[in-house]
Amino acid sequence: MSETQDTQAPDMASSSTTEYLSFRIDENEYSVEIMSVREIRGWTRTTSLPHAPPFVRGVINLRGTVLPVVDLAVRLGLEASEPQDRNVIIVVDVGSRVMGLRVDAVSDILSFSDDQLQPPPDLTSKSRFVRALTILDDRMVRVLDLEAVLPSNEEIAA
Amino acid sequence: MSDPMQEIMASFFVECEELHESLVDALQSMADGEGDVETINVAFRAVHSIKGGAGAFGLDALVDFSHQFETVMDACRSGTLAVDDRLNELFLRCSDMLSDLIRCSRDGEAIDEATAEGLIAELATFAPQEEEAPAEEIEFQPMTLSLDDLGAPGDAPDLPPLDLPPLEDLGIAPPDEDTAPAAGGIKVVFAPDRELYESGNEPLFLIKALADLGDCRTSVALDAPTDADGLSTLGGRLTWTIEIDTEAQPSAVHEIFEFVDGLCKLQVEVLEGTTEAAAPLPDLAPPADTPAPAPAPVAEAPKPAPAPAAAPAAAPAPAKPANGEKAAKAATSAKASPTVRVDLERIERLVNLVGELVINQAMLSQSIAEENIPPNSPVTNGLDEFMQLTRNIQESVMMIRAQPVKSLFQRMSRIVRESSAAVGKSVKLVTDGETTEIDKTAIERLADPLTHMIRNAVDHGLEDAATRVERGKSEQGEIRLKAYHKSGRVLIEVSDDGGGINREKVKAKAIQNGLIPEDVTLTDTEIDQLLFLPGFSTANEVSNLSGRGVGMDVVKTQITSLGGRVTIESTPGVGTTFAISLPLTLAVLDGMVVTVASETLVIPLNAIVETLTLAVDDLKPVAAGQSVLCVRDQFVPVFDLGVELGYRDVAPVQEGTIALLLSPEEGVLVALLVDTIEDQRQVVIKGMQESYGRVPGVAAATILGDGQIALILDANDLVQNATGEDLVIKQKKVS
Amino acid sequence: MSLSILAVDDSRTMRDMINLALTTEGFEVHLAEDGEHGLEVLDDLDPDVIITDINMPRLDGFGFIDAVRLRDDTRTVPILVLTTESSNELKTRARNAGATGWIVKPFAQDKLVRALRMVAG
Repeated sequence: MSETQDTQAPDMASSSTTEYLSFRIDENEYSVEIMSVREIRGWTRTTSLPHAPPFVRGVINLRGTVLPVVDLAVRLGLEASEPQDRNVIIVVDVGSRVMGLRVDAVSDILSFSDDQLQPPPDLTSKSRFVRALTILDDRMVRVLDLEAVLPSNEEIAA
Repeated sequence: MSDPMQEIMASFFVECEELHESLVDALQSMADGEGDVETINVAFRAVHSIKGGAGAFGLDALVDFSHQFETVMDACRSGTLAVDDRLNELFLRCSDMLSDLIRCSRDGEAIDEATAEGLIAELATFAPQEEEAPAEEIEFQPMTLSLDDLGAPGDAPDLPPLDLPPLEDLGIAPPDEDTAPAAGGIKVVFAPDRELYESGNEPLFLIKALADLGDCRTSVALDAPTDADGLSTLGGRLTWTIEIDTEAQPSAVHEIFEFVDGLCKLQVEVLEGTTEAAAPLPDLAPPADTPAPAPAPVAEAPKPAPAPAAAPAAAPAPAKPANGEKAAKAATSAKASPTVRVDLERIERLVNLVGELVINQAMLSQSIAEENIPPNSPVTNGLDEFMQLTRNIQESVMMIRAQPVKSLFQRMSRIVRESSAAVGKSVKLVTDGETTEIDKTAIERLADPLTHMIRNAVDHGLEDAATRVERGKSEQGEIRLKAYHKSGRVLIEVSDDGGGINREKVKAKAIQNGLIPEDVTLTDTEIDQLLFLPGFSTANEVSNLSGRGVGMDVVKTQITSLGGRVTIESTPGVGTTFAISLPLTLAVLDGMVVTVASETLVIPLNAIVETLTLAVDDLKPVAAGQSVLCVRDQFVPVFDLGVELGYRDVAPVQEGTIALLLSPEEGVLVALLVDTIEDQRQVVIKGMQESYGRVPGVAAATILGDGQIALILDANDLVQNATGEDLVIKQKKVS
Repeated sequence: MSLSILAVDDSRTMRDMINLALTTEGFEVHLAEDGEHGLEVLDDLDPDVIITDINMPRLDGFGFIDAVRLRDDTRTVPILVLTTESSNELKTRARNAGATGWIVKPFAQDKLVRALRMVAG
């Protein structure tokens, strides 16, 4: 992952920072590295996939290609909600694959350096999706591990 | 961009495939006794070109093998070695090996060295004696000059006698034979023969090349013709004397004169004593030691070089004024070849764009339909034309991807050779319709199922030689591969002239394996279909060729995944034909658009036999959640599509429910309940495997006119998932 | 002034390689697929040097050189023969056919260029 030039703390020349796109699910704030974000789309109806795991909302048409959409709330074990028009789909690149993440709303672009990040304290089955935590202006921001969020082959076949 | 050498290498492997194809063609027609003089030449050139390219990329194994291969073929084409059946057979095996070597070199896989070396040894028994080591010897050996050396048969007219003065007269000691660095420089005496000019060589360029070795002092002299004959043939003879201030070896000079070796007199000497040699000679004055009585004509000679730069300057500019215009024309003519190579990615892009166009057009049609514009209005007429054009463009684009099945058939000829050798049968492969074109992807994905079908035909289809003779057939069995177009689909048939399917045995085996009940009555077609059942081919009858776990059920699955169907026709004693029917292109599909539980789905039209509107009492329950429908005296299992896809729970059937009668395979029927039928139309297939993964019961996706994604059903897979067992069995048990 | 070269070889790989090697050296390269094609190209081109393969369909290298030497406009054009053999016999044959020099395949770029310089300056 390439790092963007520090814009907020130019005096900290030695510590480069990375930009993150943060978004809300319920009242919680999550983020992904901005370099993996391809685009942000308004909510469109998904086509359900039979026998798909519950966190796979379905597929949408992304300019002629079939894009699977993961409902992040369900994936993270939070309370599931019916999609609303103000929801958005964040299209992310994960390795060679592309997927959509359904979130409640996009909130901000944040910038912090690696040394501001802390590993999540406990490792429950759901916290494996969170790569790191940080505190910013008294809010806790969670950085997602997109590889883990992507449905695995076992989950699809199940 | 990427490394140009890498690109050339990639294109080399593509070319290798083409060359190998023409090699196989040539060898096959030689084996069939249809070859002529040019045939062996074609085969030779193919191997030769492979060797040439392989050498450039340092693919030693490929070079070594093709070298030996080519050597034997060269002996054949020059007539020193007669081609017989044994040699033909060896050539074919070598061609197979060559194909493996190409593939291994390309994919960086380990090479089966033992087999390659075995074949090289076998080839060596036919090879003429090699007078020199194979291609490793890249360097041309610098030779010391000897005029006899190149006096090969048919050489140029008599060379005039060597008329250089004795070395002593030149005031120079005879050259030392040792090749120590020429610290004192090198003296070159060079007298071109007429042949040198005739061969297109130019003394000036050679002298210029000498100047690259070091500072040169050049002088020239004209030999007077010794007699009238000499005058007519030579028109006078220039002798150049060049002293080079260099530390280079004399061999460097010989390298420069490599091309004119034998076309001139050349004397190369190492000069002693640097100081002496470095002393400048008087300008323009012919050197005192030049034997020529006449001074050199100034116009002919380059300026004796006080400064080395003068020699290069003396070289005439080779460019011709008219070149620009002519070159531009030549560039056009050189490009005027009947084919263009196009990056597959570009084609994929075009295919995708056309897909978009089709979808876009569908959207437009839908909007116009919603506007209630009357038929025959300019808008609807224009739209009809637009649709027609779109379809034409689509077909044309798809044809870009189409390739003749020839390469596929060639691979099969190898399978026939190998499998017939493995079971000790003599088998001839006859191919028909090799130019029939089919989508490139289909060609790749047909290789496996066809291989299996051919092995099966060789192993089980054809009788052994004794039985064949007993039955009045020729000892050699025949397998026929045929491809042709029929009503918008491509048909590929694999036939054998064997004993036909032993239906009693097949049925007995199916009963034994518990696939069908003992007392069931089956038609011939139904029995034939049993071959496609998973679990039909069993372990106790595994031959080392076609058994091994892979059954015809896998073949059927592979064909089905291409949108194709397999049928069997068999006549006892006469033979069996497996026919594969495939759509022309894999990127579009004629489908029926249906809805179920508010989801829109597409069902491939070729799976649908008919549509029925049901009355409530048409369905007869046979078990909890399982009903059958009676269609023309046949009980057909019924599945609610919404339930099977997990979109809804089982609900009682309503009056007027629509049932689609599907035939996922020959002789099998199943009814699928859906809510509504929306449309029947062509849809563009969008793969889901890469972006998501395999979804049970779903073949692919498409984008509808409203921009929504609809799933395309895989009827066979859906039903198998629903029942957990194969439908034929189920149906047989039911009936 | 860049030299213009006509390279005749039936192998696409070889043509690509020659083209790459010579264009990076600043030569102006024209390509033909066999002897017949080469002669067609010569109708519209006066190359400074011709490079030709020997084993080719339709018209092989020897036949091509013969034809080139018979044409008034190309009688003296230097011709380099591409050969995988380094045997003297082959070189003699090439020379007898009218070739100016030869290049043994596989060739290194510098060798190819040197050979060109030797026949065309």
